[in-house]
Parts: sequence; structure tokens; C-alpha cells
Amino acid sequence: MSVLLNDLFLAMLVVLALVAVRVRDLVGAVLALAAYGFTLSLVWAAMGAVDVAFTEAVVGAGASTVFFLATLLRTVRTERARPPRGRGPALAAVLLLGGLLVLAAHDFPHWGDPASPASVHVSPRYLEQGYHETAAPNIVTAVLADYRAYDTLIEVVVIFTAGLACWLLLGRRRT
Amino acid sequence: MIQEHDSVIVRTVVRALVPFIQLFALYVVFHGHYSPGGGFQGGVILAATYILIALALGRAELDRRVREGVVLLLSAVGVLIFTLAGVLGPLRGAALLDYAVLPVPGVAGPPVRGLGILVIEIGVAFGVAGALTVIFCRLAKAGEGEEEDSA
Repeated sequence: MSVLLNDLFLAMLVVLALVAVRVRDLVGAVLALAAYGFTLSLVWAAMGAVDVAFTEAVVGAGASTVFFLATLLRTVRTERARPPRGRGPALAAVLLLGGLLVLAAHDFPHWGDPASPASVHVSPRYLEQGYHETAAPNIVTAVLADYRAYDTLIEVVVIFTAGLACWLLLGRRRT
Repeated sequence: MIQEHDSVIVRTVVRALVPFIQLFALYVVFHGHYSPGGGFQGGVILAATYILIALALGRAELDRRVREGVVLLLSAVGVLIFTLAGVLGPLRGAALLDYAVLPVPGVAGPPVRGLGILVIEIGVAFGVAGALTVIFCRLAKAGEGEEEDSA
């Protein structure tokens, strides 16, 4: 059931991505992207990655949508028509690389495989010792904020830098 | 400039809901130890309340409630909280971002690391909420009619 639901969500993702790319009206494209973000959060939730689903819902479906719409306020609403030239080589390159990726994906471990490298490396130690070492019942929080805090620290710095860049570049009054 | 929303229903509901959404954002930040969530998600929800204020009550109302410069400063303070909690480890002879050496009176062992997580989650919440609010404020500032200043 869950796998079937997941396949449905993944199919919806492909459709929504195509809509977002093809639609000429950019507000429509942004809304398709928001639906994409929300569907993706459902995929994460169906996989049991609730923390990731939460983040995807608030950022992918929420904040980034508002930012895109605010950007459209400053620019134009419709996409300019591009001349349909040079599509052949691009399509060939996409098909080739996409085919290679699909081919390579067959070597991936199965979904939830307990013998996969990701499951036998440091994960067991985190799961067994996480609560004793950090007193945080939510193991995702323990990993993100303690064991892998360096990653999270740089992430916050990146977001702050984005805010600073917007502050410095946008909305200045030229006198 | 984003104007006040036409509908009195939207304005009233937003005015009434914003404090509760902000309370929920704090819950998400502080309950990250026990349930999905944490500083990042809570921070985004907090920023979303200010975006909501601007969209429903108008940009002037947002400017009345928060100052952009202060918000950016709070974002920097968030990054600073995280960094300070991190470098306290090396200063006390432990690894970077090892919260076990944080000076918390009356607590020892793993709970100190749990408290350290709470400290940096608060830092993350400040950093993310401030940065996202500033990005929205700046993106939505010019709107219509002010494009000529980008010449």
C-alpha cells in the first residue's frame, strides 16, 4: 500500500515538474512548483522521514513559493518565447545522461536494505548510543544538532549570507 | 508596496491567528528533541507569520511591527549563538561543537549535550527566521512603480 502510494506521488512529481517547466504563465509555474514541493514532502512522510517532510513542506511548498511570487512582482509574469533551435543536441545529451543515471540506479541498494552501506556505517552507533549520549529522544535532532552539527552550522551561515545578500543588493534607493 | 487585503475576514482572521502560529513556531523549536521539528522548521514558521502579516495587513503594518535592520541583526545573533556554543569546546580542550563542556550549573553528562542542542536550535531559529524575513522584505519592497531605481 505504502509503496503503491509512493509510486503515485513520484508519478505526480514528474507531471508537476513538467507543468512547471512548460507553463508560460510564471505564476502558474510557481504554483506547480509549490504543489511539487508539497508532493515531495508527502513522499518523505511516506518513507518515514518526518523531519525532512516537515522541512520540505515549510520551505519547498511554503517559503520558496512566496519568494518566487515576490520576485515575479519585481519582474514580469510571462515567460518570453524562446526560438526552438538547438533542441536536438540538448535532447540527446539529456537522454544519454538520464539513461546512464537510470542504468547506474540499478546498482543502488534496495529501499530500506539493512545491509546497505548507509545502514551499516555509523547509523547503528547513532541509533544505539544517541539517546545515552545526547539525551535527545528524536534521533534526527541528535544527529543534525550534535553529531553532524558542523553541517548544520554551515547551513545556517549559508541562509544568513542569503539574507545579507538580499539586504545589500535589493531595495536600495539610488539617489 | 503590498497593500492591506480587501477582505475584512482575511484581515481579522490573520490578526487573530498570528500569535497562535508564532506560539506553534516556538513549540516546534523547543520540542525538536522529542518530535519532528527543530530550529530550522520553527524558524521558517516564525518567518512565515511576518510574511502573512505583510500579505494580509499590508507592508506598512509589517514595518510598524519589525524593523528590517533589527531583524537582520537578530539573524546574525543566531549564527553567533551557534558559533559560540561550538567554539566553547576547543576553548575548553574538547572537540569543536562538543556541547558536553558547556558550563551548565547543576547538570552533568548527557543532559548537558541535550541542553547544548537546545541552545544551538535557538540559534538556528533566530538565524533562519531573521534571514527569511529579511529576504521577503527586500524582495517585496520595490513592487510596482519603483523599478526605475534599478537603472
